[in-house]
Amino acid sequence: MAIEISEKTIKHEFIEKINELSGQDIYKCFQCGTCGGACPMSGQMEILPRKIMRMLQLGMAQSISELETGWECASCHSCSVNCPRGIDLARVMEAVRLLILRKNINKIEPSRLPEDVVRELPQIALVAGFRKLTS
Amino acid sequence: MSAPKQVATGDRAILPEGARTIPIFVMGKRYEVPETLTIMKAMEYAGFKFLRGAGCRGGICGACPTVYRKEGDYKLYFGLACQTVVEPNMYLAQIPFYPANRQLYDIEKIEPLADAVHALYPEVFRCVACNNCSKACPMKVEVLDYISAIKQGDLARAAKLSFDCIQCGMCASRCMGELPQYHIAQLVRRLYGKYIQPRAEHLTKRVAEIESGKYDAMLEGLQKMGHAELEKLYKEREREPDMIALGTWMPKDVSHL
Amino acid sequence: MKVSYYPGCTLKTKAKHLEDSALASMAALGVQIRELPRWNCCGAVHSLADDDLIHHVAPVRDLIRAMDEGSDHLVTLCSMCYNTLARANLIMRDDEVKRKTINDFMTEEHDYHGEVQVNHLIAFLRDTIGWDNLRAKVKVPLGGMKIASYYGCTLVRPKNVAIEPVAGQIMNEFVETLGATPVDFSANTVCCGSYQVLAHPESVADVVGRILQSASDAGAEALILSCPLCEYNLLKNQDKLLRSGQIGRRMPVFYFSQLLAMALGLGPESYRPDLSDAASVEFLKSKNFSVESAAMRG
Repeated sequence: MAIEISEKTIKHEFIEKINELSGQDIYKCFQCGTCGGACPMSGQMEILPRKIMRMLQLGMAQSISELETGWECASCHSCSVNCPRGIDLARVMEAVRLLILRKNINKIEPSRLPEDVVRELPQIALVAGFRKLTS
Repeated sequence: MSAPKQVATGDRAILPEGARTIPIFVMGKRYEVPETLTIMKAMEYAGFKFLRGAGCRGGICGACPTVYRKEGDYKLYFGLACQTVVEPNMYLAQIPFYPANRQLYDIEKIEPLADAVHALYPEVFRCVACNNCSKACPMKVEVLDYISAIKQGDLARAAKLSFDCIQCGMCASRCMGELPQYHIAQLVRRLYGKYIQPRAEHLTKRVAEIESGKYDAMLEGLQKMGHAELEKLYKEREREPDMIALGTWMPKDVSHL
Repeated sequence: MKVSYYPGCTLKTKAKHLEDSALASMAALGVQIRELPRWNCCGAVHSLADDDLIHHVAPVRDLIRAMDEGSDHLVTLCSMCYNTLARANLIMRDDEVKRKTINDFMTEEHDYHGEVQVNHLIAFLRDTIGWDNLRAKVKVPLGGMKIASYYGCTLVRPKNVAIEPVAGQIMNEFVETLGATPVDFSANTVCCGSYQVLAHPESVADVVGRILQSASDAGAEALILSCPLCEYNLLKNQDKLLRSGQIGRRMPVFYFSQLLAMALGLGPESYRPDLSDAASVEFLKSKNFSVESAAMRG
């Protein structure tokens, strides 16, 4: 895809917020792609974490908020423990999610989960899912 | 005839001579009210009229929860307006209703299982254990503990822990997980009462006796009596003496047992 | 040493076989662990945002409960609870600023500074009882069972709470101690998809297929784990994966403690085959273990 990069498109506040929330320095990423290789959920991911890191560096706040990648993350830390640059990507993904969740927007709606799903799931699935995917 | 100095609209309409007044702030506006009144009576004294949001006035219906702050103190306090006595410079607002999620269910069809409660109120899993609910409870119910019991599937424990709940909704008003704690607990107590709690054998026996018609003739007899006769019967009834040791007394007439 | 036990919500309902088998085993080993009289959900996942301390309150409250009991150790069976409690504990022990904020928020609790040590039972078995001691107590060696140990994520990631530096040793030692044959497989620490079962169940099925096939290819007859969410994901998807050909056969799945109870010679009322799935029960039958479940419930 063609990307326009200019002072207008780079959202510096967004980059700062991501760094602040995650406690990471996203500029450390040198695009090796180890994260995606280690990611258990990458099989069905349209945009892999490496690309998200690049988009973050370019301050593409709007585009990132429209992607599914952050919502597909299972917070398993496989990327984090394998990153040669020592970036805790799980924290970066959490920051990406939180910038949306903190606007009172849910990714999944607890009230609309099918009854049989709630009955069947272990409690930790619901607790963990609601913590990561609801506001 | 000289009019009393101060007149309130509550049931302590006329103030005792020399009663002191204190300032309170209701929804931001200052009122001078007698210092001994409850919040509810003080508000009525100040001219507020409760059309809704005042129920039993006895501390049990949960209709008059009030949130207040004291001057110079960041902390929020919670109390029932009908029970809490006013303090000087108290800033208060009543929260007669809170829009918490309340599910519809048919108690005859629902099973007394944690899964059923979880399915009706999946948001219970949004609890973060901040404990703001317990801190907000005017009845000192350990709300977090009963929510924890519900998450753990222990309905009996949750029913017992929430027994003192009066459904005022203050817990929900402070919940960052947006749980309707009091409605979930009410469902659990209903399930506990209907399905889990052991039945009292003597009660089952007595209900069967009543249904078999054992007492019909006695009731008919009472219905036919006139006022004077009923009063006489009532006054002359046999009574268990006060403070008698348990199980040591029997009436002379046992035909009604 | 005083040890408290933190069960976690799921062990009281859908993972009762994890709890029952572990507690019966500990009793058989003569180790006293007492459940906390009062505890709340640990939160299941660790909050990863630097400014989000409220989500650490749940696990810290549980750690305070253990401290208030006079315990210096808090043992867990569920991997997710272990991870969440252990990570919150590190914050309270090592981060002065966050510790103060969290303690100040919980005005109704005692201040906490990381006094309690959080252990997972598998590490507790090795460190407190020891493999040699455990081996001596094994009455029914699980000879001939080829067992793959599935760690998932929360026992081994992140590194500061990993139960061992490089995953693969401790669970194999455990399996060996019980007399079974450990089977290494490459997907032993690949995440099962966890809570994504709520938002992306198809991705979860996909990765579960890879995990199961990896264990199967390595020659495992059955798989052990210690996380109720892993158990759910690994069992739930097997029908579909079998139909689509992503896995070649059904893989029996047990909690590690079920095998422990079996090896210690305890009965089915302890290892609870009645709560396992059909393929796992068939596996136990084929190894001549009783799967009679009558009169076990209640």
